[in-house]
Amino acid sequence: MIDLTHYLVVAAALFSLGVIGLFLNRKNVITILMCIELMLLAVNINFVAFSHYLHDLGGQIFVFFVLTVAACEVAIGLAIMVSFYRLRRSIEVEDINTLQG
Amino acid sequence: MLETLFFDLFAGLSIVAGIGVVVSRNTMHSVMFLILCFFNASGLFFMLDAEFLGIVLILIYVGAVMVLFMFVIMMLEVNVAMLREGFLQYLPLGGMIAVILLVEFIAAANSGVFTADVHATAAHLAQDVNNTKEIGKVLYTKYLLGFEVAAVILLVALIGAVVLVIRERKDAKYQNINAQVKVRREDRVRKVRM
Repeated sequence: MIDLTHYLVVAAALFSLGVIGLFLNRKNVITILMCIELMLLAVNINFVAFSHYLHDLGGQIFVFFVLTVAACEVAIGLAIMVSFYRLRRSIEVEDINTLQG
Repeated sequence: MLETLFFDLFAGLSIVAGIGVVVSRNTMHSVMFLILCFFNASGLFFMLDAEFLGIVLILIYVGAVMVLFMFVIMMLEVNVAMLREGFLQYLPLGGMIAVILLVEFIAAANSGVFTADVHATAAHLAQDVNNTKEIGKVLYTKYLLGFEVAAVILLVALIGAVVLVIRERKDAKYQNINAQVKVRREDRVRKVRM
């Protein structure tokens, strides 16, 4: 019998992989975006698992919203990246310092 | 048991694919691993009786978002070797934070809070329960406002992405609507005495 705990552990592993990917690929914006996707996927797995084990559809609805926001975020992020690439011919994070932040 | 077997398959493959996303040298390979990860995660969704979301995950993520990633990676000429510099420099810090997070998550998951009352309700739903229909019933009634806000967010993202990447070519000719509307008769017609 598969417990809720099993799913939570899988989601925790995926989330941690996303975090470690953020640290390892600090230069590559594309990989950073992909790691964020990985973390959001882990959250979605948690939502669906709780939705199933608690018999509440609200969790699945929230996965729906998370998917929407994630898709928007990717679209905007990649658009920013493309327009930045046109400007500087590079997508390294260190080069993105125009705002002196 | 078959269910356990499939759970192990999907979970193991998704975690392996996640590792592949993080460590692979080529960005394109990362995207491929992420696609594998999404497929396996959608298998997990299917096992949790969330068929609609499993299909949505494949259609939207693999079909749209990942293709967008690939498109951008192929469009930009990126020096992969330069992006890999300092890859292992942050491994101690990142690894430490990730391991602490993982241990905390697993400790919370195994703490017994989540297993106390869910055993009784863990059985699968009947075959004739239509997940899509049930989601629709809730989504268009109780969560209608959220649904509409999500639609507006998508619209804003669409317009924003277009505005960010649109580029006016210097050598092409465009209509200036403002000038066209503001034009007067005196600007165009000249009386010539013959």
